[in-house]
Parts: sequence; C-alpha cells; structure tokens
Amino acid sequence: MASVEFQNVTKTFGTFNAVSDISFKVADGEFICLLGPSGCGKTTSLRMIAGLETPSSGKIMIGPDDVTHLHPKDRQISMVFQDYALYPHMNLADNIAYPLKVRGESVEKRHKRAKEVADVLKIGDLLNRLPSQISGGQQQRTSLARALVYPSRVYLFDEPLSNLDAKLRLEARGFLNHLQRDMGMTAVYVTHDQAEAMALATRIAVMDRGRIVQFAPPIEIYRRPATTFVANFVGNPPMNMIPVEGTIEGERLQLRAHGVLVRDLPISSGIKAALGKGAGLTLGVRPEHLSMGTINDVNMVSGKLFANENMGPEKLVTFERQDGGRVTARIFTDDAVETSENVAFTFDGAHATLFDAEGNRIPADGEMPL
Amino acid sequence: MTKKRNFSLLSHRAGAAFLAPAAALVGVFVLLPFFWVIFVSFTNRTLLGKTALSPDFVGLQNYFQLFDPATFFTRGQFGFSLILTTQFVLLSALVGQALLGLLLAWLMQTIPPALKRIVETAVIAAWILPEVVIGFAWFAFLDYDNGTLNMILRGLGLPAGDFLLQQPFWVIVIFNTWRGAAFSMMLFNSAFASIPPSYFQAADVAGASSWQKFRDIGLPLIRGHVVTDLILITMWTFNVFTPFILTNGGPSYRTELLSIYNYRIAFREFDFGKGAAVGVIIMLINLIFALIYLSFGRKKAKAVEE
Repeated sequence: MASVEFQNVTKTFGTFNAVSDISFKVADGEFICLLGPSGCGKTTSLRMIAGLETPSSGKIMIGPDDVTHLHPKDRQISMVFQDYALYPHMNLADNIAYPLKVRGESVEKRHKRAKEVADVLKIGDLLNRLPSQISGGQQQRTSLARALVYPSRVYLFDEPLSNLDAKLRLEARGFLNHLQRDMGMTAVYVTHDQAEAMALATRIAVMDRGRIVQFAPPIEIYRRPATTFVANFVGNPPMNMIPVEGTIEGERLQLRAHGVLVRDLPISSGIKAALGKGAGLTLGVRPEHLSMGTINDVNMVSGKLFANENMGPEKLVTFERQDGGRVTARIFTDDAVETSENVAFTFDGAHATLFDAEGNRIPADGEMPL
Repeated sequence: MTKKRNFSLLSHRAGAAFLAPAAALVGVFVLLPFFWVIFVSFTNRTLLGKTALSPDFVGLQNYFQLFDPATFFTRGQFGFSLILTTQFVLLSALVGQALLGLLLAWLMQTIPPALKRIVETAVIAAWILPEVVIGFAWFAFLDYDNGTLNMILRGLGLPAGDFLLQQPFWVIVIFNTWRGAAFSMMLFNSAFASIPPSYFQAADVAGASSWQKFRDIGLPLIRGHVVTDLILITMWTFNVFTPFILTNGGPSYRTELLSIYNYRIAFREFDFGKGAAVGVIIMLINLIFALIYLSFGRKKAKAVEE
C-alpha cells in the first residue's frame, strides 16, 4: 500500500479542460471517493493515476515515486473497470489469474492463487465458466478478484457498481466496505452516486468542472457542504435551497421569502459581511430536519401540498411555496400529515446552512471541527 | 418448430418478381457458364478446326493429360504451375499479406489517431489504384536501365540488378504482398478497433507487455476475422492474374501461375477442353480451401461457446 498525491495536475483535451490544476493527497490506507456529475473530471483523474492518461502538466506521486510519465504496467496498481473488462475467451480462473500469467507464474501456482481469491469472493465454484455464463454480480466480483490477485500499491475503481441492479449494488457496496476494513487498502473510487461515496469513503473529493470543490470526510460533506453545488449533489433528496432576504433584529438573524419566516438564527461575522454587501442569502435545510409545524412557529416554511410519497419507514412531503419554489420534507410515517392543501414545517436553527451570493457556505463563529 | 413471424417488407410474390431480373442475369452469366465449363472439360473442343463445331466427348482424357506423371513437373506444364502457385500463395498471401497486415494493424493501434487516419488514407489510396496502373508502376520501378530501384541502388553505390529476369518469382511475391497487405491491415485494424479499449487497459494495468496483449487478448478475439481474411486472400492470390502484367508468365514459365497457365492454354493455344479442365480443378481447389477454413472457424466458435 502507498499514498497517492496530485501536485497541480491539469489535463486538457484539445481546448477542453478536463482537470484544472488540482492538488490533493490520499494517505496510505485511505479510501477516497471522487464524486461528481459526468464530465467533472473524476474519471480522467483516476485514469491519470492508472497511467491510462498523461497529465498535461503537474505531477502525480505514488508513494515516494514520481509516476507522472510511467507506463501503467510499471506502477504496481490494480484497477476495476466499469464494464469489468473480463476477457470473453478465457474462463474465470484464467481471467482472475491473468495478472499472474504476465508475471511469469506457473499454471499451478496462479490457479491456486486464483482459487484462493475466488473463494473469498464466493465465486470459487465458477472458475471453469466463461464470463458470458455468469451473472452481472458474479462478473463484478470476478473483475474485483482479478484486481486483488496480485500485490498492489493502490486500488482504483471506475464506477464498478454502476452496471448492477439496485439490490446487488447494495450488497456489493457492503462487501467493498468490509474488504476495505479487512485489508486497509489505499483506494481511489470514482462514482456519481453520492450514497455510494458516503457509504465507502474515508474522505470524499466532490468535483465540478475539473476542480475539487470540497475534500473532506463524508460527515463533513453532508453537514457542512462548502458550496451550494455540494449541498445539491449530496443527499437524497438533496438539501432544500431557498433564496431569502436577511435582516438583523436585535441579536438574531431574520430571514424572509415567500412562505418563509425564520426568526431565530444566530449571527456570525460572515453573515454580517454578506449582508453588508447588500446581496441575498440562500437558506439550506436538509429534508430530514424539517418537521410538521404551524404557521406561527419561530422558524417556519410553508406552502401548498405538491406530493406526498410513502417510502415505507418515512414519507417525502413536497410542497410548493408561493413563488413556485419546491421544498421537500422527510418525516416518519407514524407522524400524521395533514391532507389539507396548506402545510407548514419548522426546523431547529442549528440545522440551517447559509450560503452567500457566490454560493459559498457561511461558517458560524467559533465553529468546531466535526 | 416455432412459427417465425414474417417481418419482410414485401409479399413473397412481389419479392420474387423484383428478384427475377437479377436471378435471370445470374443464371445466364454465372450459373450457365459454370456448368458449361464443366461440360466442355470433358470434350476436345477448340477455337478452330473440326472440333470447334462438333467436339467429341473424350471423358477424362483432359484430366489425365494434366496429371500425366511424365510431364507433370516440367516447366510450362500443369504440375509446375500448381506447385509454383502453392508457393506463391504461402509466401505472398499467408506470410506476406496476412502476417504483415496483422503486424501493421497491431502497430497502428498504438499511434495517435491523427497519424492513424493519414496512414489509413494512404493505404487505401494505394489499394484502390487499378491493377494495370500498379503493374506498370512496378514494371517501371524494376526496369534495369531506367528503373527507380536501380537508380537508388546505384546512387548508394550498390550493384544494380535485373530483377525481373534474375528473381522473377520473388518479384511477384513481393509485388503481391505489397498489393494485398493493405486489405489485411484494414480488416485487422477494424477488428482490433472493435475490441473494447478497456480489455487492453486492464491488461496494461495488470502488467502485460505489448506482445502479451497481442498473444493473449488481441489475437484470440479477432480469430474470426483472421479466418475470413485467410479465406479471402488465399483465394484471391490463388486466382490472381496481375503478375502477368509484370512478367508475362516468364521468363521461360518461371512465373506462370495457374491462372496464367489457364489463360495460355485456353486463349493462346485455344485448347478449350483442356483449359476448361484446368478451370474446374482451380475451382475445386478453391472449394477445398473454403471448406478447410470454414470448418476451422466453426470449430473455434464452438470451442468458445462451450
């Protein structure tokens, strides 16, 4: 295992900046997720670690070595591909053992090792099958086995679960998490699924248009999204974002918008500065922090009922404010929801996140690290 | 048997009506001559003389004559041409075109896309030139006194050679390799391009060298294309006539391939019966090639299925 470091790495395709001057370090044994929408540069970044793309400028280190211009085969890395890249003409044993074959291991030795790894991944009985004769989940595990069969410094994953159906994906995700705990491998994992990133990563790098917007542990990404982009991308359903007008009344902050009256928020120096510029603020509240309330609550969001979706343990209640902006609340099914047209919700001021006009989060004064 | 639903655009009757003109042409110009040649090969039909109008049925006499052990290996006879053609196919089609084409196609996978397009364009441009133009260009290239090759050799201080006279067989082997490698290259090139790039990338990451990727992944996955290519170029080369433009079959029959021999017997000596017999044998040889390759391809396909 080894660390991975990006030093001012830029990658351009023609005039398109796929990755713009990013720097970050993955410590030895860390599981990092690169998270973002398609075209954000996450896969390009991963492929540069693998050596399948060469940076236009900057430096990539694996452990103590500068690998920027090294061929993939000389990097001692493993990679799991989105389409699994299993060889259709080889049975599972030969597929899994292929990295050992190119290293010149004898047939007995490499098939023995392939069997060991396959047994761990519960595909030991399928070694004589061809990839076309096994299920998608088994194919995924085969490609994982091929990555694990030889010693590697870094494990790279390019959306390995995106071709699985929902149930298998959860199962495979749990298994990957278990594997990470077991092996303590250094891993870089690319995904556009925020739930996958939250579940697996020790730290998440949220990427947007070739840059890293926030690089932090999952809990921090979730509770303190650095920008409105991160707040929108992480969480399902995403954080509610409401443009508001702010005023200072006594020692508390008041926020107003159509159907919104928030009267009890603490003031910080950041908020004062943002209000001083005269620009508006954006209020962010996660759906699970909204609870049924009345129009007279201290922190109140209200509107006309738009949708009421029963999810089993919880309900997603969506309502429309006067200006058409929609807000979603996640409440326990046991709590009765008024079926009336007009609904009002309330939230604890501690759960409000405020963003300035540029979309950056305004920190509270004296904020402690999570 | 499940009944298949008919998704055809036309009714059977309308389809047959549209097909009729083409079928008639194919019948008159392909099928009829095909059986006619087989029939003629059992006669002593010639262009002129008594046997031109009323040829006699001679049974297998033409065939016996071709395989007469006394003259079989003599220059200018059927056996000599057959062996020459076999060598020609082995060297210029299998070794030359297929192997060189495969090597070039593999190398093409690693060069930048822009350069790849330029090479492809150049190769296709050379490939679409008419046979006669190519033949003449090579004739000019190899000419003893004013040929380009000898000018280059003399310029480098090397001895000039009259290649068409001294090494006629190797000239047509190299000529045919040059002529046909482009086709194999293009075919293998598109075959390689149809393999998902992640297969090779996974091998790269796993530590495979270029040769290992070729042997373990590239070649097994284009096996079907290799079989197709071998069928096509073997037949083309076996039947090729273009070397005639370069060497006229000579000197002294040393480059008289089977097709050229056939041409000489049938249309220079006007011995239609014997010429037809040669044609039938060529056809049978082609058929055997096709069957061998097809069974080979089926066996491999079956092995993959199992």
